[in-house]
Amino acid sequence: MTLALLLIGFLLLAAAGAAMLSRNLIHSALLLTGAWAGIAGFYLWAGAEFVAFAQVLVYVGAVSMIVLFAVLLTRQGATTAPVEFDSFRRAAAGIITAGGVMGVLFGAILGTPMDVTSAPPPASITVRQIGAQLMGPHAAALLIVGVLLTVALLGAIVIAAVDKPDDPAP
Amino acid sequence: MNLETLPLQVRDWIVGRFPDALQWLVHHLLSITAILTVFGLFFAFTTIAERKLLARLQNRLGPNRSGLPWFRSLKLWGLTQPFADAIKAITKEDVVPAAADKVLHFLAPVVIVAFSLLGFAVLPFGRHLIPVELDAAILYFFAAGTATELAIFMAGWGSRNKYSLLAAMRALAQLISYELPLILSVVPVVMIVGTLSTQEMVLAQGGWTWGVLPHWHVFTPWGFAGFLIFLVAALAESNRSPFDLPEAESEIIAGHLTEYSGFKYALFFMAEYFGLTALSGLGVTLFLGGWQAPCAFLEFIPSWLWFMGKLASMIVFFIWIRGTLLRLRIDQLTRLSWKFLVPLALLNLGNAAFWALTPGWTGPLALARWAVSAAIIIVPFFLLGRRLSAGYAPRTYRYAA
Repeated sequence: MTLALLLIGFLLLAAAGAAMLSRNLIHSALLLTGAWAGIAGFYLWAGAEFVAFAQVLVYVGAVSMIVLFAVLLTRQGATTAPVEFDSFRRAAAGIITAGGVMGVLFGAILGTPMDVTSAPPPASITVRQIGAQLMGPHAAALLIVGVLLTVALLGAIVIAAVDKPDDPAP
Repeated sequence: MNLETLPLQVRDWIVGRFPDALQWLVHHLLSITAILTVFGLFFAFTTIAERKLLARLQNRLGPNRSGLPWFRSLKLWGLTQPFADAIKAITKEDVVPAAADKVLHFLAPVVIVAFSLLGFAVLPFGRHLIPVELDAAILYFFAAGTATELAIFMAGWGSRNKYSLLAAMRALAQLISYELPLILSVVPVVMIVGTLSTQEMVLAQGGWTWGVLPHWHVFTPWGFAGFLIFLVAALAESNRSPFDLPEAESEIIAGHLTEYSGFKYALFFMAEYFGLTALSGLGVTLFLGGWQAPCAFLEFIPSWLWFMGKLASMIVFFIWIRGTLLRLRIDQLTRLSWKFLVPLALLNLGNAAFWALTPGWTGPLALARWAVSAAIIIVPFFLLGRRLSAGYAPRTYRYAA
């Protein structure tokens, strides 16, 4: 079991590292998708089937498409990122942003009380139980997330849409 | 000797010949081998069935010449044609464009075949015959299908051909558009049965009224509507005619497959047929009662034969559609999905909710339940159809008599 975890972790980090180092944006995006699939593999290893399949469906299926479309639609041909040293301001901004994100994540992880001594959880949680949890105690959160995503979708359409009269019916 | 569990007996007999430590591995390898063999052959004979049926629909004979290597007098109605095709595909030259991204160009057909086979793992082929029994099987099925889109992108972009890339983007637009109605047409079944497990969905469709009327989901108003939406979306998801415009071999020379030749091209076709077969299997499982027999007195036939029979008739139906309908344009295709199928599928969700809330309406009220449920889907169907086709019909023929 530990060997499998090490293997998954190594593949995941290798894919993520290669995604950062690759000069080709499309390769980076595809390697990043591989890293997301690795996270799904980790969930499977941990016994969280539902989360693993949802991860594949959302990240490998949908988010990767958004990333690829965004790269193709914005780069206009050149899909190779500049790798030369640009300026100190840019480097500093990058390091500050990355450090900030890392600080927030570490703070959140270290600040979470982890009760490692509690009784072992039930052997397997069925999808039915997850569904009952989502629709019962966490229904409000689910609804808010849904509304938020719908608003984002409508906003994206409004921003991207060009007002043009419809084509005349043939 | 029990026909129902015969495949399991064979498997257990083979597994028993191995040492205890290896048995779990042999057990899984046998399941994989069985899927690969059965559906590999199923794919081979689907291609010949398709060619022969299409030929008959077009008043031709179709392939009928290939026989056996040393028995030239035995023609076997040309049934060995797929094996001859396979030999041809393997021995052809594999052309890779000089400018292509070699790795992605090579990976795309491999990825697409590998992932299109994953869906078979959760289909219940018989009462005791399911490769992997997962609690979240439906979710797994759709998650396994998502990698197809990545593979198509890899094929289009890796070919370094602008036509390949454009066609790949069109194919992606089609796949993304139709994933929504496909999944939305499955959700009502999940709602009614209350599970994501495929085996339990088949079990929920067991039983007969008066021994002859099966309780399949397709025989309910929401199930019938869901099945039709599922059929259309499945056709589009597997690039089948009339939605085969990513490939459109007569107009844009096979789209994202333009730069593929030899066996890599064959692999894409294999993946397409595997995807179609897996989706048909899911449709049979969700709506057509899976391995359940249609009448009580026909139960003596093993359940896996029923499943394969239903699967084969779905495939023949798809071939019939290919021989009948014309290819759509990309704007017609996306309009059909977003303006027609998605709203109808959402309404069908409400329809299923109504059905789930009214199981107590029996006797004369059962008729009212059926009428309300049918009206929820039929009235919007006609209203939406009228609005969308306004200005397009009736068609005027200027040059034809």
